Amino acid sequence: MIKNLRRKVKMMVKTDEKLIVKGKRADGRKLLEFRPIKMETDVVNRADGSAQVSFGNTRAIAAVYGPRRLFPRFMQESDTGILRCRYNMAPFSVDERKRPGRSRRGTEISKVTRHAFEPAVFLEDFPKVTIDVFIEIIQADGSTRITGINATSVAMAAAGIPMRDLITACSVGKVDGELVLDLNGIEDNNSDADVSFAMMPNKGLITLLQMDGRLTKDEFMKLIEIAEKNCKKIYDMQREVLLKKYESGSEKK
Amino acid sequence: MAEVKEESKDEEVRKIVLPGDFIADKAGKKVWGGAYFEGEKVYSKVLGMPRIKENEISVIPLSGNYIPRIDNRIIGVISSVEVSGWMVDINSPYSAFMPVGEGVDEFVDRDRTDISRFFDVGDAIFCKVSKVTKDKTVRVSMRGLGARKLYGGIMIKVTPSKVPRLIGRGGSMINLIKSRTDCVIYTGQNGVVWIRGENKAKAIEAVLMVEKESHINGLTEKIEKMLSEEDDKKSEKKGEDDGKD
Repeated sequence: MIKNLRRKVKMMVKTDEKLIVKGKRADGRKLLEFRPIKMETDVVNRADGSAQVSFGNTRAIAAVYGPRRLFPRFMQESDTGILRCRYNMAPFSVDERKRPGRSRRGTEISKVTRHAFEPAVFLEDFPKVTIDVFIEIIQADGSTRITGINATSVAMAAAGIPMRDLITACSVGKVDGELVLDLNGIEDNNSDADVSFAMMPNKGLITLLQMDGRLTKDEFMKLIEIAEKNCKKIYDMQREVLLKKYESGSEKK
Repeated sequence: MAEVKEESKDEEVRKIVLPGDFIADKAGKKVWGGAYFEGEKVYSKVLGMPRIKENEISVIPLSGNYIPRIDNRIIGVISSVEVSGWMVDINSPYSAFMPVGEGVDEFVDRDRTDISRFFDVGDAIFCKVSKVTKDKTVRVSMRGLGARKLYGGIMIKVTPSKVPRLIGRGGSMINLIKSRTDCVIYTGQNGVVWIRGENKAKAIEAVLMVEKESHINGLTEKIEKMLSEEDDKKSEKKGEDDGKD
């Protein structure tokens, strides 16, 4: 059965198999457990700040440029700067080749990512200019927007963009009737519901909340609680990777 | 081993805060730079080093672009010549304008004169920010102490927020580098450093080292050591050469 499941996991399709057996998930995790998380800063040399974050097999690179001059000029706002986000999945990031270029899904995720950051960034400090964020998903296995947001947050802090707080994100959902944390690709495809969640952990303010599927009110509130609690764990990792850059004598560049 | 320990004590890293970190209570102090306040609490805006003084709280960022402020003394490069002045690239998202009257002391009849004879595209100038409006329209001026055109030399860029560290308390750091390398060095608050002299390679190395390790205490001594080491090497080498002769 497991062999069969593994094949299906790779294919990322709908499956009738149980994804949670005796409190364990298909990849051996507990219900409220993250996949292995890795974070790294300064991965793109030409960017003002950059980061790579991976949640298990999902891997995102974020590069932040700016504040920099904004053209075309009609886009300039004389009292505030603007934030531009571009979320893009590489054609090789999924099993079946993704058609490169913009898509309805990519446009939406770019927009919600921007909305997740706009409350945090002091855009009013930079009239007439832009801060550009590029998120590339180089390997996708569920929760890509979450991974992208976490990477962007680290990249922005590294670029010296003034922010009210770091943004920390995680995904939660309901799979096989159980509430779970950090959905991977197959769980995402077969979930009863999944929730993308981003917040400012120090302020306790939520900046992204999206839901797909069906949940009762109680389940939903429970999931928010789980997400808030686990965002703190990711926040600690973000802190660690940013401080690591400066802990030793020579700054990594 | 003991030596290493001693050195690491010297190299004590300054405290670093991240965006959203609580710094201190406001208590009537002025909050500026990379800090902001909500109610009575002061937080950091950026990744940087917090500074709490008697009547002000700020955070010095460890990265970020230059945002012009009035009276900053900066190094700019003329990017274009207009009818009544020059556009100046000031290593910032905002470009600056220098009117003829602010650039030249003598009277200039704009209708009859091609003002590129004073400053042409590509010329480097050490100037002062004379005006910044709310929407960041910037004016620079050659009036003021030390403003001049920079001939020759080489320009390097450092993180603007680290320039005060490069200059040091009362100019200690920059004077050290100047005297040890016999270079003429101008530091613009916009992060542009202009260097001219025989030993410019050494000066550049020292400047970049200050930028890299600006968050470490006891840096002046470290730079002094590094510069004198090179002196030693040079004199040794010279000695060997002399021996050969």
